[in-house]
Amino acid sequence: MTTMFTPDHEWINIEDHEAAVVGITLHAQDALGDVVFVDLPEVGRTYKKGDVVGVVESVKAAADMYMPVEGEVVEVNEALRADPSLANTDPMGNGWIFKVHVTRMEQFEQLLDPPGYDALLKTL
Amino acid sequence: MSADLQRTPLHDLHLELGAKMVPFAGYAMPVNYPGGIIAEHRQCRESAALFDVSHMGQLRLIGSDAAAALESLVPVDVVDLPIGKQRYALFTNAAGGILDDLMIARRPNDLFVVVNAACKDADTKHLVTNIGHRCQVVPMPERALLALQGQKAVKALARLADGVSRLTFMTGGSFTLVGADCFVTRSGYTGEDGFEISVPADAAVALAKALLAQPEVKPAGLGARDTLRLEAGLCLYGHDINEHTTPVEAGLTWAIQKVRRPGGAREGHYPGADKIGSQLTSGVQVKRVGLLGLERTPVREGAILVDAQGHKLGHVTSGTLAPTVNQPIAMAYLAANHAIVNHEVYAEVRGKRQPMRVTPLPFVPPGYVR
Repeated sequence: MTTMFTPDHEWINIEDHEAAVVGITLHAQDALGDVVFVDLPEVGRTYKKGDVVGVVESVKAAADMYMPVEGEVVEVNEALRADPSLANTDPMGNGWIFKVHVTRMEQFEQLLDPPGYDALLKTL
Repeated sequence: MSADLQRTPLHDLHLELGAKMVPFAGYAMPVNYPGGIIAEHRQCRESAALFDVSHMGQLRLIGSDAAAALESLVPVDVVDLPIGKQRYALFTNAAGGILDDLMIARRPNDLFVVVNAACKDADTKHLVTNIGHRCQVVPMPERALLALQGQKAVKALARLADGVSRLTFMTGGSFTLVGADCFVTRSGYTGEDGFEISVPADAAVALAKALLAQPEVKPAGLGARDTLRLEAGLCLYGHDINEHTTPVEAGLTWAIQKVRRPGGAREGHYPGADKIGSQLTSGVQVKRVGLLGLERTPVREGAILVDAQGHKLGHVTSGTLAPTVNQPIAMAYLAANHAIVNHEVYAEVRGKRQPMRVTPLPFVPPGYVR
């Protein structure tokens, strides 16, 4: 499995573990509504799992983004600065938020797999 | 969603239209439809949008003494309000704070009053307790309230009753719409031209469908209503005004006609008149202002405002990234010596200071037809 999910409605794709891609899920963007601003994390900074790394803001609310696994942020999606709505229109693709160098694979493996995340959504 | 929420007569229609429903003031209300808040906001600014505001309280005050009685609760000229005219008013408390804001329309046989949903029970009690012996206070739960707002609202509504185009801003009259007796005022809460329509509950769905069938009109929810009113510089009760803010601090002195001010023919004689009168004469320590964000970070309710040295100057009461202005905007209470247009202050957001500039309200030019 290369993409896993968090209970906070984020996804992480680890095809390249030195630059695993993190974003918000379809459910998250739908719950937030029109995204108007993304406060991106700091490139080069190392965060622990669970740290607040950024904020996704819609017209009506601000939602914290949490670090799904420990690691250094190696890149952020600069395109979101000019067009935050990418997080709505393509949250699993061009609306990705940042990339992280994953060093603790066991933290990745403890996240929700797609059936596990689907099961979580059904409880909401 | 909790089953004990009240529903408006349009509830099933909202679900049919795909609305996202949220609890608001004890009602299940649409926050937005599938198009989303920004699209609904633009729809209203550019064409016309239909809002269900049936959760708001509608009341009639009946009797020859009704206007004078109501004047004992508001710092507003009601006695001289001509038939067919509507006026903005405020219920005040003994300390000069605001208990609610409301709209009053004089009709041939009564005063028609619209109050906020969250306050309607308290307002009704307030009216019955204080002036129930001078006039009849009649809540109207059998009526729904629709707001059709936007520069093309008049074109759409006139197809149902052409007489509405003769109304001007803050006037109203009775019209037959889809066979039902409606009371229509040319007013609203978006900064645009538009109408609010009091309609019998059992005709509300037919009226909403008839309006949505007009090519200019699409539905809009409370989310867009909030961004639209904020751009229009209009206060949201419980946020921008409350029982601890006075009309003078809130910059609502335009709502206090000369006849009710110190020295006027019917000055005072409303709750908090001493405090409000002295503020009108001597000024206030804090003032409500508009703020424009100079960067992209939205600044929301509760954010603290500071000067360059970090001294606290006030706080934000409403804020968002405004769809039409396309910048962060906010309303705030600021120390009066900083409440000066073009003055720059900082809002603290997640430990960072966001520069904001004091800006005249409204943030967008009003579209009212006077």
